[in-house]
Amino acid sequence: MEHFDATLLARIQFGFTIGFHILFPTFTIGIAGFLLVVEALWLKTGDAAWRRIYGFWVRLFALAFGMGVVSGVVLSYQFGTNFSAFSQATGDILGPLMGYEVLTAFFLEAGFLGIMLFGWDKVGPRLHLLATAMVAVGTVISAFWILAANSWMQTPAGFVLVSGRFVPEDWWAIVFNPSFPHRLAHMVTAAFLTSAFAVAGVSAWQLLRGVAGDEARRALALGVVLAAILAPLQVFLGDQHGLNVKEHQPVKVAAMEGLWQTARGVPLVLFALPDMAAEKNHFEIAIPKLTSLILTHDLDGEVKGLTEVPPADRPNVPIVFFAFRVMVGIGFLMVAVAWVAAWRLWRRRLAGSRWLPNWLLWALTAMSPSGFIAVLAGWLVAEVGRQPFVVYGLMRTADAVSPVTRGEVLTSLALFVIVYVGLLGAFLWYVARLINRGIEAPKEAAPPGIAWHGGRA
Amino acid sequence: MSELDLPIIWAGIIAFAVAMYVLLDGFDLGLGILAPFADTRDRARIMATVAPVWDGNETWLVLGGGGLLAAFPVAYATVLPAVYLPIILMLIALVLRGVAFEFHPKAQGRDRGLWDAAFAGGSTVAALMQGIVLGRFVEGFDAAAGPFAWATPFALMTGLGLVAGYALLGACWLVLKTDGHLQAWARDWAMRLVVVVLGFVGVVSLWTPLAQPAIAERWFAWPRLLLLSPVPLATVAAGAQLWQSLRRGRELAPFLLTVAIFLLAYLGLGISLWPYAVPRAITIWEAAASPSSLKFLLVGVVILIPIILAYTAHAYWVFRGKVAEGEGYH
Repeated sequence: MEHFDATLLARIQFGFTIGFHILFPTFTIGIAGFLLVVEALWLKTGDAAWRRIYGFWVRLFALAFGMGVVSGVVLSYQFGTNFSAFSQATGDILGPLMGYEVLTAFFLEAGFLGIMLFGWDKVGPRLHLLATAMVAVGTVISAFWILAANSWMQTPAGFVLVSGRFVPEDWWAIVFNPSFPHRLAHMVTAAFLTSAFAVAGVSAWQLLRGVAGDEARRALALGVVLAAILAPLQVFLGDQHGLNVKEHQPVKVAAMEGLWQTARGVPLVLFALPDMAAEKNHFEIAIPKLTSLILTHDLDGEVKGLTEVPPADRPNVPIVFFAFRVMVGIGFLMVAVAWVAAWRLWRRRLAGSRWLPNWLLWALTAMSPSGFIAVLAGWLVAEVGRQPFVVYGLMRTADAVSPVTRGEVLTSLALFVIVYVGLLGAFLWYVARLINRGIEAPKEAAPPGIAWHGGRA
Repeated sequence: MSELDLPIIWAGIIAFAVAMYVLLDGFDLGLGILAPFADTRDRARIMATVAPVWDGNETWLVLGGGGLLAAFPVAYATVLPAVYLPIILMLIALVLRGVAFEFHPKAQGRDRGLWDAAFAGGSTVAALMQGIVLGRFVEGFDAAAGPFAWATPFALMTGLGLVAGYALLGACWLVLKTDGHLQAWARDWAMRLVVVVLGFVGVVSLWTPLAQPAIAERWFAWPRLLLLSPVPLATVAAGAQLWQSLRRGRELAPFLLTVAIFLLAYLGLGISLWPYAVPRAITIWEAAASPSSLKFLLVGVVILIPIILAYTAHAYWVFRGKVAEGEGYH
């Protein structure tokens, strides 16, 4: 198994730990925004149902946030332990970006998280709302910087190479590198969309199980409305991002489309088994000319194929190809489910009493993890599609790793897998228990303020 | 305006971040180190004293790491692979310790014992590994020395020393934040640990100059000996004061005096190791990033660190006072 060398093991380890980590910020970015809206609605209307919705979702938020923090700390040191050559070459550029992430986002979140979670009876309602807002803003700022860093690895800009080191020249060009605006919009929208489906799906499940009433209906409606707006927006943003990738990383797009030879009037491959050795697809099912139309807005536009570069400069095509189909498939499914649900909610408002039918609640329940799967798939497309480079076109991943032994990397990989799988199990266990316990029914004839310890409201 | 010596400024910033981490997460981790010896029923209360702030405390570690990558990428890239396994074990231990804060209050049955173990084991292993990394840092790294080169007697000793030091910080934190039998228990532990910690400080202070002539030269060359002698003398004095303050039942003073001992030991290390980013191999000027990187992030540090300190202090202020028996924040 010479293929499982230290480089590949280091990549698998980093991919595993970052793939695990990314699930939690994806959720907390969206849920923090959701909680901010819910708390603001509660303060504005004084309706205690909003407070109960907050009380339920903040618990799930806290669990996920904790998981995100601890798995994130790991990453900040893994650059050095596993990719020290990369750290040394790019530290001048990526270090300050991550430094700004810590200074502007991590401290902000941590500084107000305690008040958000434990401060109900310690501070007034306005300061508590501010704390929720700071945490919500912090999650988005964090996404800003880490996506700037990630995008720079995809489309490096604003530097000069001096004896193997990337030396910054223009910080504006570094941060706002060519793919950054697309990637930021696509990822933040993904986070909100993921959370919208999670909120709608969990609420649908609670309604089916009968463990929550009006609160779950409100949360579901918020989730569905947001999803119905964001899902089509995400299709548009994804398309724009794709055009940007075609411009800057044509080989990645060729892998996404399963296109081997540069051609005009390229069909859209719905399914195929890409064969890297034979440089062709098997069992291809395709729609004529559609890829050319999407990528060039011209039925006979030219799209570059994988064979434009030597085999050593190509990514693993099947992974990129299939992950891309998973992501896009889920995206369109999201549009369909969100629109049907939004349509039924709208009709119900017009017609009166009838709530959503059970089949739709089941469909929403089934869709609740869809965003997470789409994010992981999309991330595989972006990062595997960047290979064999760690800094696209300039530094190979094989030259990025640390001078550590295969045994060390294998040991740490095994430890991470054991611990993370166990933690994910525990996390899902406690989340399931919270969900199934439902949202507490309102106390009989209690005034709205009672839920707020000491009744300061 | 003359050109600033940016690497020196950045060495100061990293040193500040690491000191903040050691002091703040030090008492968090100390609680975990002490927890197995506490009454089972007190463990939730022990965790509750830091539940609202531990996340911010750990963030200083990320600033230290991120700052090191930004300001001294050569040091970051040299040190971390050289202590690969201790760093990985520390990270995994911190993961377990961190999730324990979330899962422990939600566990009701036997699983509570699991998170007790994660909290205690994670805290202890993280402290031990940080101490080992510190020890290896002081000793200097031997390139290509193999996966277990870090397991030297000196590093293991500094590892245990840091475990004891964090436990002392944690015990003094409990003296400050609790009352009743838990406070009395913490005070007993603090008094035992003072002796142990001063013992470790003494051993390190003798071992390093004996093992490394350069450090002996740094401290004992005349007249520098006169100039530097206040550092060890003040440490001994602070230790004596700490013992007295615990005996007299003071609540805030023991914590502050422990902080003083930590800072003095830290200053001593700084004197021994200056001006190296990787001791005896790479100076801070050789390890430094480009001036553009140092300036770009320095702007953020100068503006944001005071703000961060302000709202962090505010969070501590909101959760000031004793954590009463039976008071969990969940």
